Amino acid sequence: MLYSIGKDSSVMLHLALKAFYPEPVPFPFLHVNTTWKFREMIEFRDRRARELGIEMIEYINEEGIKQGINPFDHGAAYTDIMKTQALKQALDKYGFTAAFGGGRRDEEKSRAKERIFSFRNAEHAWDPKNQRPEMWKCYNTEIRKGESIRVFPISNWTESDIWQYIRREDIPIVPLYYAAVRPVVERDGNIILVDDDRMKLLPGEEPVMKKVRFRTLGCYPLSGGVESDADTLDAIIEETLSAAESERTSRVIDKDSGSASMEKRKREGYF
Amino acid sequence: MKELLKFITCGSVDDGKSTLIGRMLYDAKLLFADQKQALVLDSKIGSRGGEIDYSLLLDGLAAEREQGITIDVAYRYFTTKRRSFIVADTPGHEEYTRNMAVGASFADLAVILVDSSKGIQIQTRRHARICSLMGIRHFVFALNKMDLIDYDADRFGELKRHIDILTAETGLRNYKVIPVSATEGDNITTESKKLPWYHGETLLEWLEQVDVHMEEEEGFVLPVQRVCRPDSRFRGFAGQVESGSIKTGDEITVLPGEERARVSRLFWTDEERSEVSEGMPVTVCLDREIDISRGSVLVSGAEMLTGNLFSAMMLWMDDNRLVEGKRFLLKLSTQKVPATVMKIEYKIDVNTGDRVPAREIRKNEIVRCEISLTSPIVFDRFENHRSMGGFILIDRVTNTTSACGTVSRKLGRSENIIRQDLDVTREMRAASLDQKPLTIWFTGLSGAGKSTLANAVEKQLAARGMHTMLLDGDNIRLGINNNLGFTEADRIENIRRVGEVAKLMNDAGLITLTALISPYRSDRRRVREIVGDGSFVEVYVSTPLEECEKRDAKGLYRKARKGEISEFTGIGSPYEVPENPEITIDTSTCSIDEATDILMRELEQFLR
Repeated sequence: MLYSIGKDSSVMLHLALKAFYPEPVPFPFLHVNTTWKFREMIEFRDRRARELGIEMIEYINEEGIKQGINPFDHGAAYTDIMKTQALKQALDKYGFTAAFGGGRRDEEKSRAKERIFSFRNAEHAWDPKNQRPEMWKCYNTEIRKGESIRVFPISNWTESDIWQYIRREDIPIVPLYYAAVRPVVERDGNIILVDDDRMKLLPGEEPVMKKVRFRTLGCYPLSGGVESDADTLDAIIEETLSAAESERTSRVIDKDSGSASMEKRKREGYF
Repeated sequence: MKELLKFITCGSVDDGKSTLIGRMLYDAKLLFADQKQALVLDSKIGSRGGEIDYSLLLDGLAAEREQGITIDVAYRYFTTKRRSFIVADTPGHEEYTRNMAVGASFADLAVILVDSSKGIQIQTRRHARICSLMGIRHFVFALNKMDLIDYDADRFGELKRHIDILTAETGLRNYKVIPVSATEGDNITTESKKLPWYHGETLLEWLEQVDVHMEEEEGFVLPVQRVCRPDSRFRGFAGQVESGSIKTGDEITVLPGEERARVSRLFWTDEERSEVSEGMPVTVCLDREIDISRGSVLVSGAEMLTGNLFSAMMLWMDDNRLVEGKRFLLKLSTQKVPATVMKIEYKIDVNTGDRVPAREIRKNEIVRCEISLTSPIVFDRFENHRSMGGFILIDRVTNTTSACGTVSRKLGRSENIIRQDLDVTREMRAASLDQKPLTIWFTGLSGAGKSTLANAVEKQLAARGMHTMLLDGDNIRLGINNNLGFTEADRIENIRRVGEVAKLMNDAGLITLTALISPYRSDRRRVREIVGDGSFVEVYVSTPLEECEKRDAKGLYRKARKGEISEFTGIGSPYEVPENPEITIDTSTCSIDEATDILMRELEQFLR
């Protein structure tokens, strides 16, 4: 199961624990680490894995590290090398034939078109024009050697469903989702957290303390926060239900190349 | 939580499905600001001359936006004050019918759009039939583009009469007809002044209030997904309750078979309970040990069918045609078994609903056929228990989902024909001959040396005092199979019969050798199943095409090259190389004697 440490991953992990109860979850969790995740995310990941006794595999594209690939200088290439390529390498290394992901169809338009069982060829490419029909709950799981399946069990959940389920089941999430006073800079209209001293400030930029929270979590330089007072789950849910903007607006990477950028990345093997 | 309605929009190309949903979201103020902004920006470069193109909200794939059409289903989520909705917007092109069916299999209700200026199209009829096949029981016919017919009440009345005829003919009972204009926003979320003669609900109002509750299915049904066994003390059976409810202490029956047990413990995921009901993912523990695995079905108060032959209505979705005798994997609920389409009963003319005799079925056609399974499964008629009556057929070579279907009724062969146990068994016959019965199956191109090698091997075996029989492809076609031609269905039947005869010979204690091109993996796999894995030795005579063509002992390659024989294996039709043959031999690199020696050495392990 792919584990990105975000709220959807927290829900997926929780569902997996419940689905197999009283057996332990019979598969490992995989975190593809770009090394640019928020520090609080990594702390959270390690703590949860320890508490639950689950097998947590971390994969880092060491080649990318050697080349000094980073989100400030390399833009779209960074996402490709440290996320997409790293994920492919990890899946190949461990030979997984199927990987669960927490993708939801309400996130983005090309996601809205994807099946729950989504097939990838040996190069991990998705062929959106030729997806297998998927009828009722009758899933076709046959694959040939080299092919793999990405499985999205919570495809039909909405952001609001996720939050309400987190509240109902009391699921732990990374504290960054709650509003708190944090050091941030404003850059191209995004509020970016100054999470460590690798954050290169531009001329004239000065970190300021603001009460912010994050609707989605990823690499800190690419995840925009929102100013908010929502420091409880109830407040977050209320804010989510009345939000004027979709959650992906705060993802800097989605705006790289217009509306088809997500589909393009998915064709290339992005989750 | 608000009540959830899952619906689809369908209908012919350009009837305005995506536009309708886009409009509904826009008017009901259900869009995020960034989505609205992107919509306005994208529309400026689109085909509507700067007017907002609401369909852009849904057509998410690059190819769809380029071509201005919907290729695959898009799912959208929205909530109004009264209900939560998931809408699947489905493609109208015939080419993408299977994607429309995907949406239909998921929905409680279908909104079928009709372009009022064009009237009912063949796709309108096709979609109505497919929705019905996939189990939808509630319909809205949205007569769109009322602006193009000047909001004319008479024209609406005429179209409504056409729809009444269509619904009567297709057996759709619960339906509502609403006049709308998606581009103009008439009667989508708010009443329109341009439709003063219409006094019913707007589309959204109707969707907010329509009651789609189905009649409850009979009894408790739990198809087992997996056996949960964390330690030696706990053994539970996990799955989703498809209908009914059950309490601890209740008696259940395990199918197939008729074994009974009482429920000792119940879990709703990680929560122990005394009762569980429909829709819940559960784990059930029983008071005694019964052999239960994935595919078993636990029932209480529900009648199920068990058998290996049934009649079904299917939507054929594969680019390859369906012919009688073709083999698949059938998946129904949590069961998966090899299956054969034995007989095509008829296909449905989507326009008239007539039953039309057919020998082969093309993509997007609806067909009624008989399906036979290699082993009995538990199932039911789709209308009694949906989860136990809906199935898919999976192509065994390409792995594609070739068809989806619903069980119409069980057929009786399996009831009336019961395998007779014989007093003299295969083992006794084999023992008296002092040998292990085997089927040695030679496969390869024409001219590869199959018959020559099979003949040479048989001589060696006979010389060692073994009892053998050689079935040669050409000889068989002159005898038992002289009523078969070379169509795909006949080729499949040819191989099946040879497989069955080989098995009978094995039952008689003999070692059978066969020499047939048998170019298709699925056919050879089927023979392996007929004969039995442990008795089947696949010998791949891998002599390359160039060498076979050079030999051309029967002059067939020359004829094929001249076009006198069509679909000759290796020339006009493929040879599928065996993936895991027991033995591979290439006769282009050694003499017949050498090849025979190699084969005899390799065969030793199977003869013992």
